[in-house]
Amino acid sequence: MKFISEYRDPVTAGNMLDEIRKTVTRPWVIMEVCGGQTHAIVRSGIDQLLPKEIRLVHGPGCPVCVTPLETIDRAIAIALRPEVIFCSFGDMLRVPGSDRDLLIARSLGADVRVVYSTLEALQIARDNPEKEVVFFAIGFETTAPGNAMAIIQAEKQGLTNFSELVCHVLVPPAITALLSSEENQVNAYLAAGNVCTIMGLGEYEEIAKKYQVPIVATGLEPNDIIEGILMVVRMLEDGRCEVQNQYVRSVRHDGNVVARKAVAEVFEVTGQKWRGIGLLPDSGLRIRKRYASFDAALRFDVAGVEVDEPEACISGKVLQGLKRPNQCPVFGTECKPEHPLGATMVSSEGACAAYYKYQPLS
Amino acid sequence: MCLAVPGKLIEIYEEAGMKMGKIDYNGTVNKACLEYVPEIETGQYTVVHAGFAISVINEEEAARSYDAWREYTDAAARDGVDVFGEPLDKEGKIE
Amino acid sequence: MSDDNKNDEDFSSFSCPLPRLNHDSVQLAHGSGGKLSAELLEKLFLPRFGNETLDRLEDQAVLTLPPGRLAFSTDTFVVDPIFFPGGNIGDLAINGTVNDIAMAGANPLYLSVGFVLEEGLPLEALHRILLSMEEAAWGAGVQIVTGDTKVVPRGSCDKIFINTSGIGVVPEGVNMSVASLPAGDKIILSGSVADHGMAIMTCRQGLSFQSGIESDTAALNSLVADMLMVSKEIRTMRDPTRGGLATTLNEFARSAATGIVVEQEKVLVNSDVLGACEILGIDPLSVANEGKLVAVVPAAVAEDIVQVMRQHPLGRQAMVIGEVVAEHPGVVALQTALGVSQVLDMPVGEQLPRIC
Repeated sequence: MKFISEYRDPVTAGNMLDEIRKTVTRPWVIMEVCGGQTHAIVRSGIDQLLPKEIRLVHGPGCPVCVTPLETIDRAIAIALRPEVIFCSFGDMLRVPGSDRDLLIARSLGADVRVVYSTLEALQIARDNPEKEVVFFAIGFETTAPGNAMAIIQAEKQGLTNFSELVCHVLVPPAITALLSSEENQVNAYLAAGNVCTIMGLGEYEEIAKKYQVPIVATGLEPNDIIEGILMVVRMLEDGRCEVQNQYVRSVRHDGNVVARKAVAEVFEVTGQKWRGIGLLPDSGLRIRKRYASFDAALRFDVAGVEVDEPEACISGKVLQGLKRPNQCPVFGTECKPEHPLGATMVSSEGACAAYYKYQPLS
Repeated sequence: MCLAVPGKLIEIYEEAGMKMGKIDYNGTVNKACLEYVPEIETGQYTVVHAGFAISVINEEEAARSYDAWREYTDAAARDGVDVFGEPLDKEGKIE
Repeated sequence: MSDDNKNDEDFSSFSCPLPRLNHDSVQLAHGSGGKLSAELLEKLFLPRFGNETLDRLEDQAVLTLPPGRLAFSTDTFVVDPIFFPGGNIGDLAINGTVNDIAMAGANPLYLSVGFVLEEGLPLEALHRILLSMEEAAWGAGVQIVTGDTKVVPRGSCDKIFINTSGIGVVPEGVNMSVASLPAGDKIILSGSVADHGMAIMTCRQGLSFQSGIESDTAALNSLVADMLMVSKEIRTMRDPTRGGLATTLNEFARSAATGIVVEQEKVLVNSDVLGACEILGIDPLSVANEGKLVAVVPAAVAEDIVQVMRQHPLGRQAMVIGEVVAEHPGVVALQTALGVSQVLDMPVGEQLPRIC
């Protein structure tokens, strides 16, 4: 496929890995922020091909993993209502809430439907005027424009039976939180390419300056990641702390201005709970008052559902790059993709699931 | 975190008041909302996430990346090592 | 699906219009055993499946079998949608059981067919399904010798469920078993993966795909017969249906307590199928196939078998994709494009489209 095959070519990969080996002189810790990058790294085995000086740690960039337990419980509570058709990306169906997931809710009679796009949920709302159609609006900055568009369109089309249960998280506040932590040991970051496609590089320039860390906006294919690593290693070795753009085919400096405008029209920044990490200020999005009628949490009065997370797993530490999945005592034993204890084991982007699925052959 | 796939825009149309497009991914065609890439023209490649085109692929920039990669290949050839850093000539001549 | 089959389907739809019936759709009474049941049987089922054994309309088929060990298999087919590009639930039900029998190296002979019909199913749809079952059975050289139909109230099943069971005879000298797979044996895959599963997924309601992806549903018994002409030493075969190639290889490794190594680059995925997999975030190795087989064969005969398979329309892209190894028993290793070996595990549950 054009613009995919080139970025998976093993010859190019090998050459760039070689370049990394020639460049690196000291140990460095690099965090790939995006779960898609984690997935690509372990799936193609990049981590096994890097020189021993470079240690990759996996970041919090999986919106499925960081969706708090109580949000899943709220989703299930709404989905179980007889008048509701609950639409979700496939990713969320197996994420465990306090005592069940959306697939189990479906087996209990909930009308839970997998959609590929928010606009499909909108179509379902048009086709089923007698039903309440609720869309589970999760995701990072990349997904927010689509979820904003659905609300804008719903209003335009006078759809009163459509609403969104919103759990949007923002990447830069999470990186800032990690950088402010005393436990932080990360020297450089690969920023999530598709988030930067929407948001641009401005936020990262501030972070790089304030915390003196090199950051490279990096795509999600293997060669994107290898090139991104090469770019940060060069900066680290030279002692430079810039923001560079590896994903030049998609990321513009100011991001996608039209999309950002739509997001700002519908959503506003708010404090957000991250599963495994806790409440981070200004790290989420909520629906603005003007569009409050499309807020499923208000419409179905589930905003009060609050749950504390179990201590069982170390996914919080994994999400912050403080622990590797295989350092967890229950990894691969009590906690497996077929019965996950934490969300990092559920989502295919979760670091634990990626580690489990693509274990190196030792 | 966000699965986004490059595809080629083959047709622009309108649906429910929105600018939409048919995107060809290697022979499989799916629709995507083009509202966020108003500048796009048919024949261009776009990055699509969850049914929304989020950027138009800059082919010039991509070509520049490929040029840079070619330099690494040349460098590797000069150094006499293969893609995984192994000596190119395994049959002998290794001092 | 081969082009021949498509032509035949077009032809049959011209030659066999829906017979005149008193209803347009399946009624509960069609399953009551009374006049409507008889009408359904006589006008729809018998003209399609009729043969000496079935036409006797006894409660059972009495068969004379050639000598040899029997292979016996059953499978129940539920698929949504019931019509999909490249086939429908009917040919799927015939080919599925034919293939299960053929995977023992057996020559499939007789099938039973059991239908559960949802009240309200258009008889025209049922008729089209029966036509493709007739076609598929004829193509595979099997006879449908006994059957049953039940009708359930609307909502109690999804349009139509079909069970098929079948019997085949294992030729002399063929003795397949997954219990022992010696290291050094080669693993052959008959063609591209993920066609069926992605054909279904891309035409499911809700996903707005326009794809040319067709199911690969096909009966593999003649391909198997050709392979056995080269060598009866084939250790074991399986058709990688639900759970895809990843599941089948893991079953081999676990049953034989041996290791398996597969090269990712050797596993073919058609370009449009790959496109669909990328969009939906699905791993083609975990997606169902309905007309492919994986065989484990001694290294000495592997190349000859592959050559013969490539002469067969269903094996044109046959390839050795890996081998059995003594190391890591019970584990399948996938060698990635970058030359790194990783564990290839079975998928967990249904493949769901994802955005992350």
